[in-house]
Amino acid sequence: MIPAAFDYVAPTTVDDAVRALSEAGEDAKIIAGGQSLLPVLRMRLAAPSKLIDLGKVPELRGIREDGDALVIGAMTTHYEMQHDPLIAEHASLLALTANAVADPQVRHRGTFGGSLAHADPAGDLPAPALALDAEMVVRGMDGTRTVPAAEFFTDFFTTALRPGEILVEVRVPKTTGWSAHYEKFNRVAQAWSIVAVAAAVRVEGGAIAEARVALTNMGSTPVRATSVEQALVGREATPSAIRDAAAHAAEGTSPPSNADADAEYRKHLARVLTSRAVSAAVGA
Amino acid sequence: MRITVTVDGTKFTDDVEPRQLLVHYLRERLGKVGTVVGCDTSNCGACTVHLDGHSVKSCSVLAVQADGCEVTTIEGLARDGNLHPVQRAFHDNHALQCGFCTPGMIMQSIDLLADNPDPDEKAVREGLEGNLCRCTGYQNIVRAVRDAAAQMQGGAGPEAEQVAGAPATAGGTQ
Ligand SMILES: Cc1cc2nc3c(=O)[nH]c(=O)nc-3n(C[C@H](O)[C@H](O)[C@H](O)COP(=O)(O)OP(=O)(O)OC[C@H]3O[C@@H](n4cnc5c(N)ncnc54)[C@H](O)[C@@H]3O)c2cc1C
Ligand code: FES
Ligand code: FES
Repeated sequence: MIPAAFDYVAPTTVDDAVRALSEAGEDAKIIAGGQSLLPVLRMRLAAPSKLIDLGKVPELRGIREDGDALVIGAMTTHYEMQHDPLIAEHASLLALTANAVADPQVRHRGTFGGSLAHADPAGDLPAPALALDAEMVVRGMDGTRTVPAAEFFTDFFTTALRPGEILVEVRVPKTTGWSAHYEKFNRVAQAWSIVAVAAAVRVEGGAIAEARVALTNMGSTPVRATSVEQALVGREATPSAIRDAAAHAAEGTSPPSNADADAEYRKHLARVLTSRAVSAAVGA
Repeated sequence: MRITVTVDGTKFTDDVEPRQLLVHYLRERLGKVGTVVGCDTSNCGACTVHLDGHSVKSCSVLAVQADGCEVTTIEGLARDGNLHPVQRAFHDNHALQCGFCTPGMIMQSIDLLADNPDPDEKAVREGLEGNLCRCTGYQNIVRAVRDAAAQMQGGAGPEAEQVAGAPATAGGTQ
């Protein structure tokens, strides 16, 4: 189908984009890669008055180091994340997750910022952002503020972004030398996660020194599996120790029941996939 | 809005409505009907073209977003009357039945081979996961891509696209 008519601007700086968004009012929308928004517009499930395209803003692209963090521009595509050497070295969990998103064509267009701002509970990139304690740098007419991932995802398709604010970049504390894995369970013909688990661990002398685990599609937002993390720390990186810790994965979650899976089955998946994700990360 | 886009090597400047999808611009304004629309949900990949050298679903890009970019469609692959090696491999391996998915399959296969010149079966299937075929069962598509990879050896760059002596097939994409 053909989207309903809208106005369109393609600013070239973040300041211009923020101004355009605030001047255009409530019915305007940002378009990044368009891989979530355009399907919605084609189905006429939304009819924004104006689209502000971030595709021509060079400031929003690229990945750089800043001390202990990587700073990833909101318009960095999934494809760029899969192949970027800095991400591979300092935030490999993000590269592995980007690899699992959708299909090659969608990964060429879809962006990190778009995935986070869209906040689809089945979207893959929010969970690793949460696991890695990423911080969202957002800018509006009132200036720039930083929102921790733990406060950014507030509900189904809802974030802490206020009207008129743009997600500019994501600061990801480095996890250099950690091992990571994203374990995703989905139907073959549909890339969306039924449940998925993002895991990053630091192994020291055969034991797990630090662990980060977050779950995709186990609630209205990504969920940090803190009890799994606690159960992993200090344990030998062996299959049985990992399985014991992963048994906590569904604690405190309220997963949806729908045509793909009911809540109980999702809880089962969370435990099994957590075990697989951590085992794959440490090579156990 | 006025856009300038290079499509299959020719520069076009046109006024388009912002809501016009790239695929509709290609088909309806430029007559590039080799690129087809197979779904309403961005799932099927039949509309795949290359945008600045990377595969995209042209039903999920606005024409205005392609302003200043280069687009290659299935119609831009043949050289001097010779089919592109991937087109030829699809023909030789009977990798199509109704042919509706074929333009997208070929464009995505070329993208895959540019990233990975020698994909094994699993890599081909993963590389084509955004393209659906209702007819073939994929078997011969995978075979065709592996065959094309062998023919192209050096990868999917412009030189590799020149296959000496490959004759044009009557009725093939020109
Ligand atoms: C066939 C198909 C399969 C898919 N499968 C998966 C999958 O398996 N896993 C997955 O995670 N995703 C999947 N996706 C979605 C894909 O990853 C999208 O790229 C992503 O969800 C959104 O990124 P985008 O850049 O395309 O955003 P857009 O579609 O451009 O925007 C999405 C939303 O975010 C807002 N937005 C975008 N950028 C910003 C910003 N910088 N600041 C403020 N607001 C912003 C927009 O206003 C819009 O509301 C799939 C998409 C398709 C079409
Ligand atoms: S028509 Fe573009 S993905 Fe189906
Ligand atoms: S040949 Fe008919 S859809 Fe693929």
